[in-house]
Amino acid sequence: MGLTCESCSRGVLKKKFNLRCGEKFVIALAGNPNVGKSTVFNELTGLKQHTGNWPGKTVVNARGNYRYEDMEFVLMDLPGTYSLLASSVEEQVARDFICFGQPDVTIVVVDGTCLERNLNLVLQVMELTHNVVVCVNLIDEAERKGIFIDIKALEEELGVPVVGTIAREGVGLEELKRRVLNVALNIENLNPKKISYSKPVEDAIKGIEPEIDRILKGKLNSRWVALRLIDGDNTIVNSIYEHIYDKKTLEIEGEEVLVNA
Amino acid sequence: MHRQFLGKFNELVRISDLSSFTYGDSLRDSIVKDIYRAAEEVTKKVVTQKSQRKITFDKKIDDLLTSKIFGYPIMILLLGLVFWITITGANYPSQMLANLFFWLEGKLTYLFMVLGSPQWLHGILILGIYRTLAWVISVMLPPMAIFFPIFTLLEDLGYLPRVAFNLDRLFKKAGAHGKQSLTMSMGFGCNAAGIIACRIIESPREKLIAILTNNFVPCNGRFPTLIALATIFVGGLVASQYRSLAATLFVTLLVVFGIIVTLIVSWVLSKTILKGIPSSFTLELPPYRKPKIGRVIYTSLIDRTIFVLGRAIAVAVPAGLIIWILANITLGDKSILSHSAAFLDPFARMIGLDGFILMAFIIGLPANEIVVPIIIMSYMSKGAMLELESLLEMQRLFIDNGWTFLTALNVMLFSLFHFPCGTALWTIGKETGSLKWTMLSALIPTVIGIAVCFIVTQGARLLGLVF
Amino acid sequence: MLLSKAAIGSKVKVVSLESKGLLRRRMMDLGLIPDSEIEVIRESPLGDPRAYGIKGSQIALRREEASQIVVEVVN
Repeated sequence: MGLTCESCSRGVLKKKFNLRCGEKFVIALAGNPNVGKSTVFNELTGLKQHTGNWPGKTVVNARGNYRYEDMEFVLMDLPGTYSLLASSVEEQVARDFICFGQPDVTIVVVDGTCLERNLNLVLQVMELTHNVVVCVNLIDEAERKGIFIDIKALEEELGVPVVGTIAREGVGLEELKRRVLNVALNIENLNPKKISYSKPVEDAIKGIEPEIDRILKGKLNSRWVALRLIDGDNTIVNSIYEHIYDKKTLEIEGEEVLVNA
Repeated sequence: MHRQFLGKFNELVRISDLSSFTYGDSLRDSIVKDIYRAAEEVTKKVVTQKSQRKITFDKKIDDLLTSKIFGYPIMILLLGLVFWITITGANYPSQMLANLFFWLEGKLTYLFMVLGSPQWLHGILILGIYRTLAWVISVMLPPMAIFFPIFTLLEDLGYLPRVAFNLDRLFKKAGAHGKQSLTMSMGFGCNAAGIIACRIIESPREKLIAILTNNFVPCNGRFPTLIALATIFVGGLVASQYRSLAATLFVTLLVVFGIIVTLIVSWVLSKTILKGIPSSFTLELPPYRKPKIGRVIYTSLIDRTIFVLGRAIAVAVPAGLIIWILANITLGDKSILSHSAAFLDPFARMIGLDGFILMAFIIGLPANEIVVPIIIMSYMSKGAMLELESLLEMQRLFIDNGWTFLTALNVMLFSLFHFPCGTALWTIGKETGSLKWTMLSALIPTVIGIAVCFIVTQGARLLGLVF
Repeated sequence: MLLSKAAIGSKVKVVSLESKGLLRRRMMDLGLIPDSEIEVIRESPLGDPRAYGIKGSQIALRREEASQIVVEVVN
């Protein structure tokens, strides 16, 4: 299991994100815009998909199922984003799902033709959850552009499974499903690359992380929350309120709370 | 216990507040920089770059499609081609569907007679609801089933972002986003689909502008009306071999007028109720890709066509019922429809229409396609919607009912500028989640339509122009 | 020099970003961070916006956005 969100009540969250899944594995699908994420989604789920909106947002949400090795997987298509730093509603939705929806595995689809830009998102997702599988899509297009990616080396660098795919032609998707299952069953050797920040950032983290850790009591990765607060991102505080301190229970208590806006 | 949680939460809020002014931009920048640096390091270790053949190829296509000389002509040509394929291609299946529904209507009527059901029940269910439904499906489905796949194909190829790139300057001047050009093009197919497409505009302000003005481009439901009236009344002014050419030019002129009004209204909105700093503009121009036909058909048919049709049907059923009741329940010697038309007549005359026409626009709310059939129904004092065999018959009927060139012009203008259809309004409500914006989206075009028709009519009368 | 003034076809390097807050963050998310290389690829038929090659993708920016990015020419 991921090291984040360990003890939040999953049942409530699943209801919030419209998941009804019993014993199924929940897989999140993240990626930059225009990387063929929806192709991967369609190829994996076929026509078994539902679309709707994210709770309380006008952002579209697609959800589909697939079976592999006699196990059911629910695939959530997250909005295409360049980062998870919550500068737009889409980014916030994607971040909140990975953080609070606790998917068993998060697939990050990246564009083989511009790996560097896409790795930015991969590294950010890996800060949030360790259960990541990277899907390097459009490798045929990359090769046509003269770009060759050493998948094995990338896997070693990132410390999570990496699969090369040509989603339009279905190439590599079997392998992708296999690695996703492995991660879900916890039998992959994960050693995710950690971003080491420059000294001033690390010092700032050290300054507030212990206190945050005391408050959150392991409910979330405190280093990551500290980074977001240093980043001046207030939306995370709202999200924590929304997802961990469930609003309804508080109202029953008759407490009025002013959420930091 | 909750109180305790809450206390903890407030501590978090405090740390957050403190952090937001303790740490500055430079620290924040270095967070992003460090992530990018890590990404760059990894990339250097795993990527080898050889030739750049594909890049040069993409660049050549872009050079052409965004060139100063060819950029706009290619755009107009492609748009024209899409229209032409849609309009000519839709005729035949539309006719087939209509025949099929008419045949089924006969069978259903027979069934009602055999079962000995009362006349009024047959009237409500078959002549009212069924016929409206059949009408909406047979005129709406074929053009959408042709337009949307072609449009999705252009989208899949990667051409559409280039259109937004080419046109952004114009939209920027109007306080809007270049991507609005795409939602407008989509609006030619169906305004409801165009409004849904506004989701691609990230900034809320520009998105709202695009939603509120989408109705100014005539959709598939209004095109046939514009074409028919232009052929009769504008084409009638020239020699017969130039008829369709004159009609085409006139419809094009109307479309251009609609686009100009779109830009003006966008500008006014962005300077008044949607005032604010223009949001940041970033638009990715992705590499060109070979489209996957199966996916194109799937997204265009399931996500767009069926979706829009479903909503249209949901609106058409109650509307069919209401239209039938209005046309068949009589008070004194006239139907409710005639009474309402008589009531509206003085106002309608002021804007160059008549009571029946205005009434047809009002009860034609579920779909613009049924406006002309309702006008015909009213003039012929029939209880159900019908279509005439030929344009000539339609011309005779309209002229017998006092139509002049001025009337036709005003009907075309009002068709271009009036409240969105029921399906579009429903969609606006869903997308904005606000009654206020939905109401405004109906109010703006209607007020403009009334004003334009009023000026045209009074101007023509004042100048003593009799057409 | 400002990015909006850089010649078409030239390659430049980001020196600093002048924008603040959300816009700054959005620009950085696109890969516009100090030291990253940018190629000025093309302009639209009306001259604005212009397309830039940033970390392998082609991104169009309006003059307003581009003029908030300070760059220097790379040889």
